[in-house]
Amino acid sequence: MQPMHHTEGQWTEVISPKSNLLDLKLKEVWRYRDLLLLFVKRDFISNYKQTILGPVWFFLQPLLTTLMFMLIFGRIAKIPIDIPPMVFYLSGITLWNYFAECLNKTATVFKDNANIFGKVYFPRLVMPLSIVISNLVRFGIQMTLFLIVWGWYWLKGDISPNVYIFLTPVLVMVMAIMGLGAGMIISSLTTKYRDLVFLLTFGVQLMMYATPVIMPLSRMPAKYQVFIKANPVTSLIEAFRYGFTGNGVFSWAWLLYSAGFALILLFVGTVIFNKVEKSFMDTV
Amino acid sequence: MSNTVIQVENVAKQYRLGEVGTGTLSHDLKRWWSQLRGKGDPYLRIGEANDRATKGNSEYVWALQDINFSVQKGEVLGIIGRNGAGKSTLLKILSKTTSPTTGNIKVKGRIASLLEVGTGFHPELTGRENIYLNGAILGMTRREIQGKFDEIVDFSGIERYIDTPVKRYSSGMYVRLAFAVAAHLEPEILIVDEVLAVGDAEFQKKCLGKMKDVSVSGGRTVLFVSHNMAAVAALCDKGLLMKNGRVDLFSDINNVISTYLTHAKVESDGFVRFDGTEKERFGEKQYARFSSIELQDVEGNTTDLFSMGEKMVIRLEADVSRTSDDFEIGIGIGNLHEVFLHYLVSTWEGVSSINKKGRTEIRVEIPRLLLFPGHYLMNIWICIKGAYYDDAIHNAINFKVEEGKLNGHDTYFERFSKNTQVYTPSQWTIS
Repeated sequence: MQPMHHTEGQWTEVISPKSNLLDLKLKEVWRYRDLLLLFVKRDFISNYKQTILGPVWFFLQPLLTTLMFMLIFGRIAKIPIDIPPMVFYLSGITLWNYFAECLNKTATVFKDNANIFGKVYFPRLVMPLSIVISNLVRFGIQMTLFLIVWGWYWLKGDISPNVYIFLTPVLVMVMAIMGLGAGMIISSLTTKYRDLVFLLTFGVQLMMYATPVIMPLSRMPAKYQVFIKANPVTSLIEAFRYGFTGNGVFSWAWLLYSAGFALILLFVGTVIFNKVEKSFMDTV
Repeated sequence: MSNTVIQVENVAKQYRLGEVGTGTLSHDLKRWWSQLRGKGDPYLRIGEANDRATKGNSEYVWALQDINFSVQKGEVLGIIGRNGAGKSTLLKILSKTTSPTTGNIKVKGRIASLLEVGTGFHPELTGRENIYLNGAILGMTRREIQGKFDEIVDFSGIERYIDTPVKRYSSGMYVRLAFAVAAHLEPEILIVDEVLAVGDAEFQKKCLGKMKDVSVSGGRTVLFVSHNMAAVAALCDKGLLMKNGRVDLFSDINNVISTYLTHAKVESDGFVRFDGTEKERFGEKQYARFSSIELQDVEGNTTDLFSMGEKMVIRLEADVSRTSDDFEIGIGIGNLHEVFLHYLVSTWEGVSSINKKGRTEIRVEIPRLLLFPGHYLMNIWICIKGAYYDDAIHNAINFKVEEGKLNGHDTYFERFSKNTQVYTPSQWTIS
């Protein structure tokens, strides 16, 4: 938007080819907050309509994955784990799923919503934000499942949580920011270069193996540890496990690294997203 | 000047033709390199005017060029033009779904667009849920929607189905609901594109009325794109005629419509041979096929120009492969809004037999042409009585009527031709 000149009357808006990259229109996003919540509601409702089990699927999916991991990695590959495997896998999967879903969904936001975006204007930022929030609802449900399983083992005395458990909201937020930021960067690029969509599905899968979802960091071969540690998601999952089970690697500096990484991704993502949203309809 | 709510200045929009993808990276790199050296975008200088019919040499095309106009508060502006003239691109820029390549648009107030009704409707959600979602997409807050909810449901007339998922709706119901939401928006500027193509006649009338209300009593500005000239004429005050991406005419709506319609029709010179490429031709053509139409004036000359009250002869030629005593051949004479003023039907005059197969000539004589000065068009059809048209051509030919000395004295019919188009002779005595 350009500065307004009083001599020209009170134009409320000027539509022009270029806009300031740092003008994030957050005020406008706030004005559309009802829309954001309605998108969240839509996603939630449309997800389980016409299914018999309904929201139960949110439970079943991580549970089945956990059981599968326990069978394949625990029983068959015999990867050693120091805490009850159910808690170990479920904690990793719950947190990782949230990140992966945010990333995957945000990354195709332009493509998926081309028909709405092409017809009506609303601040585009609403869409990725609604994705992060709808996934948060889903994450909340899956987290309840985790808490039940975790509570059971805690009562049994198999695990010993500590005060870092209260960091969880921060960890989730950093995760959300990272998924959102990376997703927005990718979504902006995919409007022109669709190739990235194929790379992404593969990349996210690969990245899971570079994150201590399946194998605890401490058990990973020393020469690979440096790469795994460089992965900004690693510290979050480790810190989460440390807080809940007392088993894992925790360091403030490492956490700060992840948080910084997430903020940079968010910043770059928003700027690119803003640049692309103006003309993506011509290329998507 | 303070009443101007939209000011469009030198707006242009360039598109790249063909496949986006191959070569995109190399063009992007070139563009980036030249911008780095402080030169402008190399691809902005090339590009051609947007003419769909001619094959251009450039990969880039200007969908819009040199667009300048302004709209006053409370005005209803009709935007018309042939397909591909740039109407939709202009609306897209106005509704901010894409941005202009150069130029800018200054706006006073909130814009809401109805580029296509029902945007964002989710099939799994119920009518009620979709009203909220769609309203929010169009820029309303939840509170605003709540306040108008009953009105919206009432307007749509589908109260019974409000808690049914919209995927179970008929397409008519879907559109009714969608338009009802949109019609209750309260932006200062409303953009409407072709919404009236759907829905039944009663609902269309309701929509037009609502749009008129919005501008008259609401003092709001409406931009309306449609191919329905009757709707445009009824609703709009001013018109913007677009042609090949440029503004052809920006003026009073009646001027714009008549310019558009005279441009749009092919000059016939009083004779048209049908070669099968007619845009609106219907019927199976199992036993009859029109091959030409000719209009002749009182002296037998082929022409498309007639004087009021003059004799007109219409000569149709058709290939007929069946004989019958039950033929019906008809001619409709309509104005350019496709409102029909006269029908000439063979059976009404007691003629319905064709006894010979092959090339058949049909001659129709109108002794006195009772039409006011203006442009008119003709539809023709042939069928067996009561059956569907075997061949029918809409807009088969058009002609022009001029003021004439109908009764031997000056009449100034032209003065009335805005209000009426049919002349009825009458005899007057004053005592």
